[in-house]
Amino acid sequence: MKQLVIDFAKCNAGRDCAHECEMECAVRVFKVDDPAQAALQIKAYEAGGGHAVLCDQCGDCVVVCPTEALKRNKLGVVMIDKKLCVGCYMCIGFCEKDAFMRNSDWITPHKCTSCGICVKVCPHGALSIVEVPEPAPRII
Amino acid sequence: MSQLVFDPSKVMPIDYTQRTEYLDGLEAFKAGCRVLKELAYTPSLPDKGYNNRTLYVNVATLEITEKPVTQQMKDVFIGGRGFGLYHLWNAVKPTTRWNDPENEIIISPGPVCGMTQYAGTGKSLVVSLSPQTDIPIDSNVGGFFGPLLKFSGFDALELQGKADRDVILFIDGVKGILRVEEAPAGPVDSHVLGELLTHLYAENEADLPNVSVVTSGAAAEHSLIGMLNFSFYDRRRGCVRFKQAGRGGIGTVFRNKRIRALVVRGPKVAGDLNHPADPETIAKTGVKYHKEIREQDPHQCMMRRNGTAHIVEIMNAYDLLPVHNFQFGSHPDTHRIDSSYWQQRCTQATVDGCWYGCSMACAKGADGVVLKTGPYQGHMVTVDGPEYENAAGLGSNCGVFDPDALLELNFYCDTYGICTITYGTLTAFIMECYQRGILNLERTGGLDLTWGNAAADLEMMHQMARGEGFGKIAGLGVKKMKEHFIRNGWGDPQLINDIGMENKGLEYSQYMSKESLAQQGGYALTNKGPQHDEAWLIFMDMVNKQLPTFEAKAEALYYFPLFRTWFGLNGFCKLPWNDVVPADNSSQPEPQKVPEHVQNYVDLFTATTGIQITKDDLIMQSARVYNFQRVFNIRMGKGLRLHDAAPYRSLGPVTREEYESRAERYDKQLLDELGIDPAGKSTEEKMALHRTWRTDRFSKLMDSVYTRRGWTLDGVPTLARLKELGLDAFPEVVAVVKQFT
Repeated sequence: MKQLVIDFAKCNAGRDCAHECEMECAVRVFKVDDPAQAALQIKAYEAGGGHAVLCDQCGDCVVVCPTEALKRNKLGVVMIDKKLCVGCYMCIGFCEKDAFMRNSDWITPHKCTSCGICVKVCPHGALSIVEVPEPAPRII
Repeated sequence: MSQLVFDPSKVMPIDYTQRTEYLDGLEAFKAGCRVLKELAYTPSLPDKGYNNRTLYVNVATLEITEKPVTQQMKDVFIGGRGFGLYHLWNAVKPTTRWNDPENEIIISPGPVCGMTQYAGTGKSLVVSLSPQTDIPIDSNVGGFFGPLLKFSGFDALELQGKADRDVILFIDGVKGILRVEEAPAGPVDSHVLGELLTHLYAENEADLPNVSVVTSGAAAEHSLIGMLNFSFYDRRRGCVRFKQAGRGGIGTVFRNKRIRALVVRGPKVAGDLNHPADPETIAKTGVKYHKEIREQDPHQCMMRRNGTAHIVEIMNAYDLLPVHNFQFGSHPDTHRIDSSYWQQRCTQATVDGCWYGCSMACAKGADGVVLKTGPYQGHMVTVDGPEYENAAGLGSNCGVFDPDALLELNFYCDTYGICTITYGTLTAFIMECYQRGILNLERTGGLDLTWGNAAADLEMMHQMARGEGFGKIAGLGVKKMKEHFIRNGWGDPQLINDIGMENKGLEYSQYMSKESLAQQGGYALTNKGPQHDEAWLIFMDMVNKQLPTFEAKAEALYYFPLFRTWFGLNGFCKLPWNDVVPADNSSQPEPQKVPEHVQNYVDLFTATTGIQITKDDLIMQSARVYNFQRVFNIRMGKGLRLHDAAPYRSLGPVTREEYESRAERYDKQLLDELGIDPAGKSTEEKMALHRTWRTDRFSKLMDSVYTRRGWTLDGVPTLARLKELGLDAFPEVVAVVKQFT
């Protein structure tokens, strides 16, 4: 399956860039001029270093979704079918990586779909889309 | 006892998509339906939780009308059980009985019902005059009917009259059609009829989750213990499943009215159909709770793995599991029916929730069950649960420790439309009567109802469904069976009354209250009869010793029944309140109340309705409805102190075996509590001393509780209490109480 990964050997958690990855995702994917709505969030630690909140396509949300609105596409990426979603947010609550998100304006939640838009704009080449094996569904 | 650890590798590999189908007769059934009345109406969606419309249907006259939901109704009765009691009060007279045409069945979802972001928000409350108790019964039920009824435009459905033929009421909340149809001959049992009607009224496969049906079953027609099944479509299993409005015989009223089914087809559900005042607060509260379930449930109750059956082993460990008609509290074979087995037998790799957004997901299912008896012998079915009450009631209380037999009993109770709790308790009573010679093979018509004889137990249930033999007697329930056995001179009346576990005509649910005075009150001092949904204090009192005085017990019996009433006013399930608790709950003040969750409920109500309330207001909302219901009982000729009397089995040891099974505890109580040295006394003498002491302290508890509730010592709400609650605005309510002043 396609998975977005970040290399913190190259990424300085936004200290020496303009969070281009977040902005590009917000503008091009979600059509909003607000990086806080992006499907990946780069967080800097005060002590140095940082971490990224992003979806690794683990599929836990697919298991808990009551309406089967979440399914893997042929690339193995977990996609949401907004027509089936009832806005229960169990996908958000059961995501151990906090990668499923919501905002006040949309009823349906959202997350990274490994589209790669952010990869192209990272000034440090820290982001990439990799192919990894699809994990077996867990009992959650 | 140690925490059970879930091992996924031990879950039985059962294909949860396979089962017997019942769609062969669909076209014939469709062709046989005849429209008796059809009306167009304008569907609506709620605004801040309310549509402000009630649908009234008289199945005899075919009158179909809308009634407004008034501001006073919302202010005083809130919704759900409150609306049900309000409509029922207006529909009946003090002389009305369950099978009179004016009796109603009211289904009301409550203002919060239909929310999809928080666990346990799909409940409907069903209210009717009970055939078992002759007073209002209320039942809190899951499934999709209530939410879809609300999203079709109605805050309540009132059903009145008695049809002269079987009818189906269809509410199409998409096209705006209300239709009463004559139902052709055909299935009555829920698992067949529910599947058939869901497919019949759905426009296509994608529409199946938008249809919900209410059905009962064959045994509801021949007994007083009928229940209602509320369906929901399980997408992953590809099957129609049910939750039950079980207690008090509402299914019997349903079939007596010759209602075969209610069907609602609602719009496709979305996250904002309730149009709440403050969706952001609801979303944040919901996500917070989902996270709590994810993090805490695996270390607490494991509701997602075991459902409510998780407490079978806990009850057994604390000597509180009902065994052999509440004689004993544990059994060496309990491990065969506890959650260590059910978490392997129930399907785990799926989603079990009886409404969207229920992350607690306790509606477990055992798939691939091949039936061994009855009209569906050889069929492969999915059985709900078993929930704790079913494992304890149909299982340990009757000495049935064969899990396959328990599943079959559970299945047939459900599809025949009878309450598992009631059936369990009445069968346990029968089996004890059989043990003690009150019943025998001749009197049961050949049924060898010894402890654990599941084959005879099942045959009795099949007889009930056919309206034959001893099964028909059993279907009268414990109260009427006691009268029947005593009238026939089959045994000592005192013994029969002592061991018949009913109060107000309703059978006890499945907890041993003998060693918990607070729970004795929690059962007997209820409005509808001994059901644990009003007050479950057994752990707080007996295990955690948090209620050491009469005053503390009375305070608990004031607060918790009111707090729990509130779930039923709003369309909430009780379980998410305290079957998981925040990690820091034990360090909070009054942890038994789960203060963070109470605040969640205050926030969810306010965020839905836009009405600001506090935790105290929440209790006040409940107190209005609770006291109204008490007055309603009095209006119907019950609801007084004498009607709160408890069978002695619920208070203490009736028999020598019971005493001796806990002799050390009981002897110590004589010494510590009564200051009597048990040495040298016979078991009978010691039992007599216990009986006097236990009966007396129960009476003192009644005094304390009535006083705390603002009632007279005869159990009547005082005029001052009614004024405090604003119920003096209803002259009829005041008039009932004035008779006693």
